Amino acid sequence: MNVHTKTLLVVINASPYRSTRARDALDLVLTAAAFEIPLTLLFCGDGVFQLVADQRAAAIGHKDLAATLPVLPLYDVKRICVEQAALAERDLDPAQLLLPVEVLGSAEAAALFHHHDQILSF
Amino acid sequence: MNIAVVVYGSPTGSPASMSAYRYVCAALELGHRVSRVFFYGEGVHNATRLAAPPQDETSLPECWQRLARSHQLELIVCIAAALRRGVLNDQEAARHGRDASNLAPGFELSGLGQLADAALNSDRLITFGGNG
Repeated sequence: MNVHTKTLLVVINASPYRSTRARDALDLVLTAAAFEIPLTLLFCGDGVFQLVADQRAAAIGHKDLAATLPVLPLYDVKRICVEQAALAERDLDPAQLLLPVEVLGSAEAAALFHHHDQILSF
Repeated sequence: MNIAVVVYGSPTGSPASMSAYRYVCAALELGHRVSRVFFYGEGVHNATRLAAPPQDETSLPECWQRLARSHQLELIVCIAAALRRGVLNDQEAARHGRDASNLAPGFELSGLGQLADAALNSDRLITFGGNG
């Protein structure tokens, strides 16, 4: 058991380049991981676009967020989850994503909200 | 109960800041402890001392400052989000070669660790604003 009593669910709804929210979410995740807070990441809605491989964000004047995501497992972020419906609605296949993820049905995704002490959504 | 609050919205762009302010006032009135208000993303615009809205409109930066004075409230502004948006204290203005600073008294620039710490050490973490 971890010494910390609180677990954190970070929910990412934000698409990668519409605003700074996606960046903000990843910065928070890296910080929380450095604090050794046990955390789960859940991508839903347009947030799943962050996971698409080969983003080439420089073409629209942005820094590529895709570089940050693959390091998350190194930071001990153990569970990276994606809502299956969010992928299906956007015609994305888990094989197209830039890192291995746990694909969850809506009920399983909803259960995450019950099983964490604190929730931050972006 | 020990409550921490996170504000993502600017005072003018969404109802998030006003809702957060009213929520904090109500929580304090009911005897809860509000250990920290953390301003992230567009929320950092709550911390400028240069906003000058018309006199018959509420100035949220001033509301927060009054609340901080009367309740020793900790108002933490994410430093990375603030620098990006031009909300600076004297020290950061000097460090980045800017000719003015605008962080209001009562607010403090600090890192995301303060948000992680709030998640760990509060009974409830309440966020305002989310679709910006």
